Amino acid sequence: MMADLDCIDLVELTTDYFEGRLSPDNAARLEAHLTECDGCTEFVRQMHVTQDALGRIDAEVVPAAGRERLLAAFRAWKAGS
Amino acid sequence: MSVRLDEGDERYSGLGDETVLAQLRAGDESAFLWLVDRYAPAMHKIARAYVRDDATAEDVVQEAWLGVLRGLAAFEGRSSLRGWIFTIVVNRAKTRGVREARSVPFSALARDESERDDPSVAADRFAGPGEEWPRHWRAEPESWGDRPEERLMRRELRERIDAAIDALPPAQRTVVLLRDIAGQPTAEVCNVLELSETNARVLLHRARAKIRRSLDPYLTGGSAV
Repeated sequence: MMADLDCIDLVELTTDYFEGRLSPDNAARLEAHLTECDGCTEFVRQMHVTQDALGRIDAEVVPAAGRERLLAAFRAWKAGS
Repeated sequence: MSVRLDEGDERYSGLGDETVLAQLRAGDESAFLWLVDRYAPAMHKIARAYVRDDATAEDVVQEAWLGVLRGLAAFEGRSSLRGWIFTIVVNRAKTRGVREARSVPFSALARDESERDDPSVAADRFAGPGEEWPRHWRAEPESWGDRPEERLMRRELRERIDAAIDALPPAQRTVVLLRDIAGQPTAEVCNVLELSETNARVLLHRARAKIRRSLDPYLTGGSAV
């Protein structure tokens, strides 16, 4: 009989779970827990949404001065190569 | 030639490294600027984890791009272009940190941050030993409602994510930048930062959990920003 996995333990395992690094036993315990726990289900969903959002934000703007300097460096490189 | 690149310029996003490399080697300025726009913000944040101020980090990023240009001819594509660029910025930042004799070694930061007690959820959200369901939620997470992923892409929430990343301890910030923002495989993150996989996952988890927590007030109930 496998030991129980409590909510307080589960919240520390989501990254290992998403990355496929939980042992098959622990993955099974986690999934069994989720079938009967709304709180953990919402937590896992929120961690998933957070991770997904992190993977999509990259729309920050590079300061124009930085781009100008880099473009000048690129042109110098092109001229010298 | 204009320096501005339209925000919707997607000409390079679907292309593989080899094609982008070929454009760069041929001196295609818009390919170069595309690369700069794509990676420079993350590079700046990575550099910032090693050096004390933004101006120094900006220097590191500029130096890294010069390193990229110098290395372009010899780059053999054994790692991804992106991975190679991030390796260069990390190495530059490390060198600068050492030269300025003020950076704490990354391994020491990583050890300190992963060994300290740092629960993903505040302990008082779970029932204690004397209660009916010890170690279970006392107060379950409040729902983020429908389509939180769409709300997260709005400007105010993107700014919240940014602020949450900036507020992370440095090793956690660097790992989440490389893994989640820059999309590097775990193996590459470990390689660049000289971390064990276990250590990297602990740091990554702590970073994601803190970011989740900082977004929570903006995504629950009526407390929309």
